[in-house]
Amino acid sequence: MTAVTEPFAAEAAGRALAGGVKPRRYGSWYVAEHRIRGMRSYLKTLLVTSVGNPLVYLFALGVGLASLIDKNLGPNGFNGVSYLAFVAPALLATAAVTVAAEECTYPIMMGFKWNPIFFGMNAAPITGNQIVNGVFISVLVRIIPTCVIYFLVMLLFGAVPSPWGALTILVATFTGLSVGLVIAAYTSRIVDDKGQMAMIMRFGITPMFLFSGTFFPLSQMPIFLQWIGWISPLWHGTQLGRVLSYGAVEPAWLSALHVLYPAALCVWGWTTTQRVVTRRLNK
Amino acid sequence: MSPPVITAKSLTKKYKEFAAVDGISFEVAPGESFGLLGPNGAGKSTTMRMVGAVSTRTSGDLSILGLDPNEHGPEVRSQLGVVPQQDNLDMELRVRDNLIVYGRYFGLSHAQCGRKADELLEFAQLTDRAKAKVDDLSGGMKRRLTIARSLMNDPRILLLDEPTTGLDPQARHILWDRLFRLKEQGTTLVLTTHYMDEAEQLCDRLVVVDKGRIMAEGAPADLIKQYSTREVVEVRFGSDRNADVARRLAGVGERLEVLPDRILIYSEDGDAELALIAEMGLEPITSLVRRSSLEDVFLRLTGRSLIE
Amino acid sequence: MTSTRALAPTRPLAKPRSGGIGALYAGNARSVVARGLLATRSTNYLIVLSGFFEPVFYLLSMGLGLGALVGNVATSTGQQVPYAAFIAPALLAVSAMNGAIYDSTWNVFFKMQYAKLYEGMLTTSLGPLDVALGEILLALLRGALYAGGFMIVMQVLGLNLAWTAFLALPAVLLIAFGFASLGMAITSYLKTFQQMDWITFVMLPMFLFSATFYPLSVYPTAIQWVIQALPLWHGVELVRGLTTGALSVAMLWHVLYYVVMIAIGLVFTTRRLRALFLD
Ligand SMILES: Nc1ncnc2c1ncn2[C@@H]1O[C@H](COP(=O)(O)OP(=O)(O)O)[C@@H](O)[C@H]1O
Ligand SMILES: [Mg+2]
Repeated sequence: MTAVTEPFAAEAAGRALAGGVKPRRYGSWYVAEHRIRGMRSYLKTLLVTSVGNPLVYLFALGVGLASLIDKNLGPNGFNGVSYLAFVAPALLATAAVTVAAEECTYPIMMGFKWNPIFFGMNAAPITGNQIVNGVFISVLVRIIPTCVIYFLVMLLFGAVPSPWGALTILVATFTGLSVGLVIAAYTSRIVDDKGQMAMIMRFGITPMFLFSGTFFPLSQMPIFLQWIGWISPLWHGTQLGRVLSYGAVEPAWLSALHVLYPAALCVWGWTTTQRVVTRRLNK
Repeated sequence: MSPPVITAKSLTKKYKEFAAVDGISFEVAPGESFGLLGPNGAGKSTTMRMVGAVSTRTSGDLSILGLDPNEHGPEVRSQLGVVPQQDNLDMELRVRDNLIVYGRYFGLSHAQCGRKADELLEFAQLTDRAKAKVDDLSGGMKRRLTIARSLMNDPRILLLDEPTTGLDPQARHILWDRLFRLKEQGTTLVLTTHYMDEAEQLCDRLVVVDKGRIMAEGAPADLIKQYSTREVVEVRFGSDRNADVARRLAGVGERLEVLPDRILIYSEDGDAELALIAEMGLEPITSLVRRSSLEDVFLRLTGRSLIE
Repeated sequence: MTSTRALAPTRPLAKPRSGGIGALYAGNARSVVARGLLATRSTNYLIVLSGFFEPVFYLLSMGLGLGALVGNVATSTGQQVPYAAFIAPALLAVSAMNGAIYDSTWNVFFKMQYAKLYEGMLTTSLGPLDVALGEILLALLRGALYAGGFMIVMQVLGLNLAWTAFLALPAVLLIAFGFASLGMAITSYLKTFQQMDWITFVMLPMFLFSATFYPLSVYPTAIQWVIQALPLWHGVELVRGLTTGALSVAMLWHVLYYVVMIAIGLVFTTRRLRALFLD
C-alpha cells in the first residue's frame, strides 16, 4: 500500500504493530486472569465445596458403604485393598470431571449470550483462540486445587496406600480436562438455551459417574454395557488412578490407552472449540 | 493533508446470498468525526464490525491505520476503542474491575490499568459507583461505563454503534458532552445513529446508508442544502381533507409531500408559502414553519415506510 | 369510549383482600397451575422426562451393580433385604426431595427475581398464597409422575416386597409437599443466587447420610440422633417401611414430622410473602 510510505501512516501503522505484540503473546493469560477475577465473587462457595465434598463422599462411600462391602467380601476384597482405597481414586476423578463440566457448560454459553464478554474481549486485541485458551487455563485453575484438596482428604482417610498416589492428582486433572473440552466443543455452539445443559448433566455426566467402574469394577456390569466404560474418560482416568494409588495390576497397553484416549479427546475438544468460537465471533 | 485513518473501497459483507453491506466506499480523516446514518437493518453495525476488525469482509478493500484488518486484527484493534450497539460489560465484575480487565487485554500493566481506570471513572462521572455491580447501574451509566472501557487504551479511533439509543434526554446530553470532549482532544470518532439531532451535533461529515448502500455523503448542512430546502411548512387540514387540498396546492413550494395526517411543503421561504395558502382561501387547522433538518434528508433518501 | 362507568364485577369476589389470610389468598391457585401446565407445553419434553431417569440410573448402578458386592442388608426393623430393595425406596424419597427443592427454590427464585412472573400475577386478583400453593401443586404433580414411573420400574425389578408398596405413592407426595413448602419458605428469604448454594451444602450430606445407601447402625449413637432429626431420614424410613412391608406405629411419627414441616413452611411463606408484596 502506498499510504504506508507517508510519514503519518507509517507512524500509525507502526504504533498498531507495536500495540499488537503483547496481546498476541500474552492474550490467553489475560483472559484467564479475567475469568479468575470473576471467580472471586464465589470463592467462599468454591472453598466450602472443595473441602466439604471429599469429606462427605469419602465418609459416606469409603466408610459407611464400605462397612457393608468389606463385611461381605472381607477387608481386602478389591485386588487386596479395602473398598475405601478402591473407590477413592474414582471419587477424585469424578470431582475433577464435575468441576470441569460446571466450568464448560454455563460459563461458555454465557460468554456468548447472557453475559457476552467474549465479544468484548474480541473487540480488544484478543483472538478467538486466545479466549478459548484462557477459558481452559481458568478451568485448570479450578480443577487443580479441587484435586489437591481432595487428595489431602484422601490421605486423611488413609485411602492412598501407594507412595505414587500423589500422581492421581495429575491423572484426575487430565481426566476432568478431557471431559470439559469435549463439553466445551458442544456448548460453544449453543445459540438457544433449550435445556441442553440439564441434558448434558443427566444423560452425560450422571450416567458416566454411575457406570464407569466408579463404585464397582466394570466387569460387574453385563458385557453388553461395558462399552460405556471404554468410551468414558472417567473410567480410563479412574483405572489409571487405581494403578498409581494402590498398584492395581493391568497390562501396560491398557495403561497406555488410559493416557492416549483422554489425550485424543483433549486435542479434539481444544481444537474444535477454538474453531467454533473463532467462527462464531466473526459475525 | 494527512492520509485517511480508515479507507473502505467497495466494502461488502454477505450473509449467504444476502448482502448486508453492499459495496460501500468511504474515507475517514484523522481527527474527523464521521457518521453512518441509516434505518434499522441498513448495515451500519455490520460495517462497524468490519472496521472494528472482528468481522471478515466478503470482498472489497479495507485499511485501518494503513493495515489490513484481515491480517492484522489484533494490531488494528489495539488502536481502536469500541462501543458496541449492545453493551457487553461483564455483569459478574464490579464497575472498576470491568475497566481493569479490559485494559489488561491491551497489555497494560496492573498499575497503568488502575490509574487509567480511576481517570476514566472520573471522566464518565462514575467515580462514586466504582465498587457497584454492573447490574445495578442505570442504562445511561452502563453506556458511560462502556465508553470509559473503550478508552482504556487511549484509542486513535473510537467506534460508537448507536451510543445513545434507549437513553433518556439527560443521559444523552451527558454522553454528547463527553464525546464532544474526546473530539476536541483529537480522537477520531466513527459513529452510527438514527437520531438526526445526534448526527447534526456530533458529525463533521456523514454518509446516509440504506439497504447496505450509500445514498448520500457530506457535511450535515450540505446534505440539507442538497436534498431538502431551507424551510419546511407543515399544514394540517384533517385526515379526510388532506388529499383534496393537496391537489389544489400543486405548484406551491419546491416540492410537496402528502402524508396521511399532514402536508409538507418544502420551500426556501416558508412564511411566503403560508401567505399564499391563506390567499387561496384554504384554512389549515394547524400550520408550522420550521427549518429543514437532517431528518427530512433522511426520510427523503430512505423512504417513510417502516423497516423492521 | 361511551362512558367511564365502572364495569360491574362478573362474579362476586370470594373474599375482600384486606387483613387476615384474605389479603393473601383468593382461592384461585388452580389458575397458577393452569399457567404452569401451559408453559410446560412449550418446554422440551425430553427435559421433563429426563428427571425420571436420574433415580433409575442410580438404581441400576448402585442397586444392581454394587448390590452384587453388598449382598443382603438389614433394615431398621431387622429385616434382611437385597441391597437394591434397600436403596430403591430411599431413592424414591430422595428424588421427591430433589424435585420439590428444585421447584421451590431455583425455579421460584428465578421466577421471582428475574422473570418477574409473580409481579405480573399479583397485579391480578391473585394473592401471593395462590401463587405459592399453585407452584407447590405443580411441583407435586411433576413429582407424582416421576414417582409413579419409578414405582413401575421397582415393580418390574421385583423390588416392591409387599402390597403396601402402593402406599408409597401418597407418602412420596407428602414428602415432596413437605420439602416444597419448606423450600419455598427459605427461598422467600433469599436475596441472591449465591445464597442458594447453602441449600446444596445441606442437601448433599443429607442425601448421602440419611440411611439411603447403608443402615444408620454404622454410625455412633450421637450422629444417629442428628440424622434422625433431619427430614430426609423420616422420608426414607417411611417409604422403605411401605415398600418392604414392615409396617409399624412408629411410621406415624414420620408422617407427623412432615405434617408439621408443611405447616411451618406455609406459615413462614405466607408471612414472608405478605411482607414482600403487601407492605
Ligand atoms: N450474523 C448475521 N447473520 C445473518 N444476517 C445478519 C447478521 N448480522 C446482520 N445481519 C443482517 O444484515 C442486515 C444489516 O444488519 P445491521 O448491520 O445490524 O444493521 P443496522 O446496524 O444498520 O441496523 C440486517 O438485515 C440483518 O438482519
Ligand atoms: Mg445496528
